[in-house]
Amino acid sequence: MARARAARLRLFFGTELPLLAILAFGLLPWFWMMLSALRPEADWTHLPIRFLPTRLTLSHVVSLLAGTSFLGNLLNSLVVALGTLVFGLALALPAAYAFSRFRFRGRRGFRVLFLVVNMFPVVLLILPLFVIFRRLSLLDTYPALILADATFALPFAVWLLTGYMETIPRDLDEAAMIDGATRLQTMRLVILPLALPGIVAVGIYLFIASWNEYLFALMLSGERVRTVTVALQMFIGENQVHWGLLTAGGALVALPVVVLFLAVQRHLVGGLTGGAVKG
Amino acid sequence: MRRLPAGGRAALTPWALLAPALLATGVVVFLPVLDALWMSLHQFVLFRPNVEPFVGLANYVTLLGDPTFWASLGRSLVWVGAGVSAQFALGFAAALLLNRRFAWRGMARALIVVPWALPSVIIGLVWTWMLDFNLGVINALLLRLGLVAHSIAWLAQPGTAMIAVILALTWQGFPFFAVTLLAGLQGIPREHYEAAAIDGAGALGSFWHVTVPGLAPVMATALLLRMIWVANSLDLIFVMTGGGPGTATETLPLYAFLKAWTGLDYGYGSALAVVLTLLLLAVVILYAARASA
Repeated sequence: MARARAARLRLFFGTELPLLAILAFGLLPWFWMMLSALRPEADWTHLPIRFLPTRLTLSHVVSLLAGTSFLGNLLNSLVVALGTLVFGLALALPAAYAFSRFRFRGRRGFRVLFLVVNMFPVVLLILPLFVIFRRLSLLDTYPALILADATFALPFAVWLLTGYMETIPRDLDEAAMIDGATRLQTMRLVILPLALPGIVAVGIYLFIASWNEYLFALMLSGERVRTVTVALQMFIGENQVHWGLLTAGGALVALPVVVLFLAVQRHLVGGLTGGAVKG
Repeated sequence: MRRLPAGGRAALTPWALLAPALLATGVVVFLPVLDALWMSLHQFVLFRPNVEPFVGLANYVTLLGDPTFWASLGRSLVWVGAGVSAQFALGFAAALLLNRRFAWRGMARALIVVPWALPSVIIGLVWTWMLDFNLGVINALLLRLGLVAHSIAWLAQPGTAMIAVILALTWQGFPFFAVTLLAGLQGIPREHYEAAAIDGAGALGSFWHVTVPGLAPVMATALLLRMIWVANSLDLIFVMTGGGPGTATETLPLYAFLKAWTGLDYGYGSALAVVLTLLLLAVVILYAARASA
């Protein structure tokens, strides 16, 4: 009895309490932003600051959406992120199918080459990209951002999808082809349905990568297709910082990402660590 | 009878499937890399388009004598060294704890990733807000606990600004180490611990002789990936301080970016970015050489 209690205490002080402290460090800043977004105006000028709001209100969210261009920025981000999802999958699916189903010269080399892409500093790519896109008159257009976001997220997307497809037995392809299906039919009717959970996870990864992206959006877009990350940064840069609007914007941008990430994190983390663990 | 695929056509199929991805990567990544090299050899100032004289290695010579370059390189070393160490220490501790058995382990494992999922701009926003001089919760807490006598202007003083951005960076990246190292811990066979226990190893002994060696390859890969990522990242600092106050938080990639962004000097900015890339490449080659040795 006493030993069980000692073990329980040890678990609490040795494991649960330190972990609670780490989780508090991880979650409280995010929680504080959410709480700040819902505070009434009166709380903001009150000194010393109140830790708990006097009441909760959506007034900042409403004035952000109704009184600024933020709703348009949200729509821009949504278009770019969905475009990245579709375009990224269109590029990644055939590539992953090739890596998982064919043995060809240079296969290993190209798989590694794809991963090298993420080693290049964005600042190295962004200056020439700006010049190139300006020459092509693609600046401040959806295709420019979608092309940049999708390609930059491609290595991890291909890596993850290849892993998924390799778990689908090749006998299934062969059976379908013996039955007279073409390569494309095999891919569409056999591989795609079985790899669907993986495809959903990779699609969400592409969406989040694009939704969170900042530097490409800052450099390659202007007023027409300005995304939320750039718009928020510009709010911070303004002389009169309005923290109510700013935290409301932050909360609106963060919420879908957190929900989506929690939904697929098992797949993403598995894919990522699979790569890291294998080295 | 089934027609046998002609050898030539079948060999082309994987390349046809890879072509779109390779084409996009060529246009968005490899072409700009070459273009950056080309620009770095020219005096390329934007909005003076038709005058781009070839200057050879002049930009690189200037760079070697540029005190701001060396200072930004030094700040990059602090940024990477302190930022990655702090992320690693906190992430490793979290991974060890999350690997133990307790009731709410599943929920803890899910929630630990939240900071990692957020955009850098939001992370910059959250911390700028919390570190605010007048309304920031951190100053309010420190004042209430009696740890400081008056509010600190965290982001407006050179010394504290670097600490503040590294704190935000630590918050953003520690979940990466938590999840990768946790996966590594789960890959260490239980028998190794049992063998160590039979040999009389205590908790500390099995940590040093089983956990650390078993985790070493994962640690090395995770550290390398994170170092590259942190060395390249500039958006968090750009949002929080813009490199300031003065140049107190201006790291090498941020200096390169600002040269082009505000100075419009794309030639010199590219030269700085090329040097950053070469330095990272050297780290990767060293790692690969050691890993294969």
